[in-house]
Amino acid sequence: MIKVEQLTKKYGSFTAVDGISFQVDKGEIVGFLGPNGAGKSTTMKMLTSYLPASSGRASIAGFDVFDQSIEARRRMGYLPENTPLYPDMKVGEYLRYRAALKGVPRSKMRERVGDVLDLCQIADRENQLIGSLSKGYRQRVGLADALVHDPDLLILDEPTIGLDPNQIRTVRELIKSLAQKRTVLISTHILPEVEMMCSRVIVIHRGSIRASDTAENLLKNHRSVGELRLEARAGEGAANALRSIAGVKDVTESRDGDWNIFKLRLDANAKPGEEIMKLARERNWPVRDLHQKSATLEDVFADLTTSDK
Amino acid sequence: MRTFFVQLVRELRSIFHTPVAYVVIAFFAGLMGFNFQMFVSLLNKQPAEVMILDVVFYNGLFIFVFAFIAALITMRSFAEEFRLGTVEMLMTAPVKDWHVVLAKFFGASIFFAILLMPTAACFWVFDIVTHGAPAARSVGAIASAYILLLMLGMLFISIGVFASSLVRDQVNAAVITLAVTILYLFIPMAAERLLNITDPRVKEVYEFFDPLQHIVDFSKGVVDTRRIVWYLSATGLFVFLTHHIFHSRKLKAS
Ligand SMILES: Nc1ncnc2c1ncn2[C@@H]1O[C@H](COP(=O)(O)OP(=O)(O)OP(=O)(O)O)[C@@H](O)[C@H]1O
Ligand SMILES: [Mg+2]
Repeated sequence: MIKVEQLTKKYGSFTAVDGISFQVDKGEIVGFLGPNGAGKSTTMKMLTSYLPASSGRASIAGFDVFDQSIEARRRMGYLPENTPLYPDMKVGEYLRYRAALKGVPRSKMRERVGDVLDLCQIADRENQLIGSLSKGYRQRVGLADALVHDPDLLILDEPTIGLDPNQIRTVRELIKSLAQKRTVLISTHILPEVEMMCSRVIVIHRGSIRASDTAENLLKNHRSVGELRLEARAGEGAANALRSIAGVKDVTESRDGDWNIFKLRLDANAKPGEEIMKLARERNWPVRDLHQKSATLEDVFADLTTSDK
Repeated sequence: MRTFFVQLVRELRSIFHTPVAYVVIAFFAGLMGFNFQMFVSLLNKQPAEVMILDVVFYNGLFIFVFAFIAALITMRSFAEEFRLGTVEMLMTAPVKDWHVVLAKFFGASIFFAILLMPTAACFWVFDIVTHGAPAARSVGAIASAYILLLMLGMLFISIGVFASSLVRDQVNAAVITLAVTILYLFIPMAAERLLNITDPRVKEVYEFFDPLQHIVDFSKGVVDTRRIVWYLSATGLFVFLTHHIFHSRKLKAS
């Protein structure tokens, strides 16, 4: 559905997007993840043919976003970041205008506008001026606009920003339900959102792609520096004994009354729990807690996007 | 083509939904009525050779109002889209740049034409009251005078839309429009009235551009195609430039 090859965007001498390539297949929900200024919005603007690329190419459903931009635009619904809308128009009036502009036939107008009003739960605001809507409602109007011509592809730039928790849930459900017959590319900073909705994640940092995989695979393959916590009543030399176990990098010790609290930094993918239990049994340490923290998507994200590689 | 009409309706709606539109309509109709009444009463006192049509239109005040109207109804057109960021919504819909530019130009032009309409009623009333006195002139002369006014208005509107495509703030757009249109009106007027130029060749040049002179000619029923060509091509040039600016500005996303 989306095919991007060596896409680059330069603002003057600054390279915002640096030769990225990726593909999104029909029916996928792809999360576009990256810190502020990573180039997510810039990429989306190029995909929607709002910004021309400095080099490289992109196509939507086989239509080049630059050379066949009208055809490409017909097939997508786009929600820009900040949801710019005309404050002096009413919600229903705006959606009818947008539907007509996007080529919804007159005979289907009522039905389509009615559908998206219901879908985005703004039917009761149909006659309200957009300028008097709260941020979350404006966001919903933007989403309704993106959906009104029933596009095959949705490109959503931070669709849940500014929504209340209930709304965030509703919008996520909505996007998930839409995805059954559509392709969705969605940019976000919110990591749980990605795990909840997306079938795949593309992590972008400083204009280039750092990873592109399912959330599970990212976690599995993430060579994280794991951490293990042990709370035991251990004698002298316990820290050194722990340090000698394979896979343990470093041990720090603190006390809570009688109890020693050890924090172990581990090598990537090390699982020394068994060895530690063996040691504790040999030395007769009472153990009240032993657990290894597994890497979260947050760790993966931090790892991929804090380095300057 | 449908996108053009959809956008045209949206532009008209956006003009008519501002209070400014009604202030402009009321002000313009009032001014025109006052102007007309003044000259009719003047003619009543001393029968003169002048024709009502010439006198009503051959009036600097009247023509300068055109500059303000053009600035008021076009200042928002592009500037506001860039300020609100809605240009991103607009241009990611399957709509051609040309359709947007033409819709904005014709939207303002149609509003302007609507604005002119009630003023024609003055001549119609005059005609009825005087039972077709020669001063009322023929329908043809009135029509050609209005065609000229419409063309002049559209030229100013094209300048206004162009100015609006250059900036982000509608007030700046209005100021640019006023500066250009007033200068355009003022130069021939200054040449004639202040500088007392007598050289017939120079006179011919500025008269070619002088809208007041055009109005006098046209309201005598003298439809000069050179004038029509001048207005249409100047208007076309500004619309073309607007498209050019809009297109390249969009590329920079500023
Ligand atoms: N018009 C512009 N001129 C110059 N630089 C720009 C322009 N637009 C964006 N940039 C720069 O390009 C980089 C990428 O911006 P972009 O908006 O794509 O980031 P993003 O990933 O969407 O970030 P965020 O999460 O904050 O929305 C940023 O460093 C930004 O400053
Ligand atoms: Mg962004």
